Amino acid sequence: MKRLSRKQIMIIIGLLAFYAVTNFMINKNIIDSYLQLNMIVIGINIILAVSLNLITGFTGQFSLGHAAFMSIGAYTSAILTANFGQPFILSIVLSGAAAAIAGILIGVPTLRLKGDYLAIATLGFGEIVRILALNIDYIGGAIGFNDIPQYTNWTWTFILTAATIVLIYNFINSYHGRACAAIREDEIAAEIMGVNATYYKVLAFAMGAFFAGIAGALYANYFYFIKPDSFGFMKSIDILVIVVFGGMKSIAGSIVGAIVLTIISSFLQGIPELRMIIYSLILFGIMIYRPTGLIGDDKFIIGKKKRRSI
Amino acid sequence: MEQLLQQLINGLSLGSIYALIALGYTMVYGIINLINFAHGEIYMVGAYVGFALTTFLGLGFLPALISSMLICSLLGMLIEKVAYKPMRNSTRIAALITAISVSLFLQYTMMYFARPDTRTFPNIITNRKLSFLNGSIILDVKNIYIILITAVLMVALQYVVHKTKIGKAMRAVSIDKEAAELMGINVDQVISFTFAIGSALAGAAGVLVGVYYNTINPLMGATPGLKAFVAAVLGGIGIIPGAVFGGFFLGMTETMVSAYGGSVFKDAIAFAILILVLLVKPNGLLGKTTREKV
Repeated sequence: MKRLSRKQIMIIIGLLAFYAVTNFMINKNIIDSYLQLNMIVIGINIILAVSLNLITGFTGQFSLGHAAFMSIGAYTSAILTANFGQPFILSIVLSGAAAAIAGILIGVPTLRLKGDYLAIATLGFGEIVRILALNIDYIGGAIGFNDIPQYTNWTWTFILTAATIVLIYNFINSYHGRACAAIREDEIAAEIMGVNATYYKVLAFAMGAFFAGIAGALYANYFYFIKPDSFGFMKSIDILVIVVFGGMKSIAGSIVGAIVLTIISSFLQGIPELRMIIYSLILFGIMIYRPTGLIGDDKFIIGKKKRRSI
Repeated sequence: MEQLLQQLINGLSLGSIYALIALGYTMVYGIINLINFAHGEIYMVGAYVGFALTTFLGLGFLPALISSMLICSLLGMLIEKVAYKPMRNSTRIAALITAISVSLFLQYTMMYFARPDTRTFPNIITNRKLSFLNGSIILDVKNIYIILITAVLMVALQYVVHKTKIGKAMRAVSIDKEAAELMGINVDQVISFTFAIGSALAGAAGVLVGVYYNTINPLMGATPGLKAFVAAVLGGIGIIPGAVFGGFFLGMTETMVSAYGGSVFKDAIAFAILILVLLVKPNGLLGKTTREKV
């Protein structure tokens, strides 16, 4: 086994210290329940954003249906924990697996599409999942799924968020991650170099879906209650906004984006009637002044494309 | 048989609305390759303008329709100038999110000023019903209005795009923006004009929907916006006859599905058809397949 580098050890120590401090503060009630709620929401949003970044940022596949995977995970976990009394760890794994299977099923046919067409197909998939959930009585239909046991706490959220970041970070820096990056930069060139584009696109899609499913499980088991409309088109857009705001192709960006946007939206809760107006203006301002995101660096690609078009 | 004919009339009316909205989507996409998510909201604004003009100013149907189209085209041009023009050289996703932010802004600003509750559109067309085949088929005058006005607008659009100078410029810009610019076409002006026309059509659709269904609300643009977009893609996005075809196709399918017992799944079926069509013909039913060059 490879020995850990000094940097990795520092990261592990840092994470453990962060967890110890936050957990201590929660136990001592220095962090109240409202703050804790926001911390858990941030964790869920980080998982969602990092997993979408794997699909959209690193592999270059434009997906507008990420919330659908989250909803599949959320409903799977809700059924397993509330109706079958399964332990949380099992339901988390199975939620991720269910979402990943859905990702493969929808990914194999649709990932042949490119750019905007893929975006539309995934959007359609998301809407189909939402409408199906609205009409299945077993999971509550439009009324929603009630009385889900609250298993999610800061420990679960922290562990799963950290695990997601570490796994996806290692994936994109591996041989497979470089294959995904090659597909993003130029799919035809990548295929000529022997990269199996379909395989890697579906792999990235399934991995992204897996983590989104986990985020869904955390969400369902934190808020007791889920309904299909929480996972609609706007939720997918919210996740995409985090990714773009933080910066495509940047995991750190997704993390910062999730934190900043969650804090902004929790402040805006105070003025419900103006909340969405201000949110849309903030979104607009970010896109006008910093279209590459906070930590993103798209200059290289833009430069290349311009040269080609002349 | 009678039911089928009746549903055909309903489908034609709904399809007209979708087709009018889809035209705006398709034209904008054809010119600047942007999915203009705010388009559904322009349709909503059109409905509200029509509502305000007829309720508070007491205007008749046609004056309200025309003023609403004018106001919507101005709004469309304004949105293009303020929001999309600065984004023209940035990534697609950034442009898409800008479009979504404009859409949210319009929705919730309208909600803030016009209250979120549903409004009742005044009856400005005399509510006459014509019955055929011993009353088994009822043709509302509103149906005739919708289909007729849609037909007129489409013929007008066809004329503008194919017979006028600005239409020629539009087609040139959609084929190759840079070459068109080199030929002395003012690309900014053409894009502005495209937004104006597309938004005017959406505004007309808004007023027609208000007249037809009698109710409007600030979020009414979201679902028809997505559906019209689906229609545009079904027919082949960027192709004007494709949008019309897609709109009618979608309207018909939806009416038939809800008539024969699947009304709760009608939206899901629209999207399922979309995915199937994209898989078989990624460029839409009327689209040409283009080979990718290395």
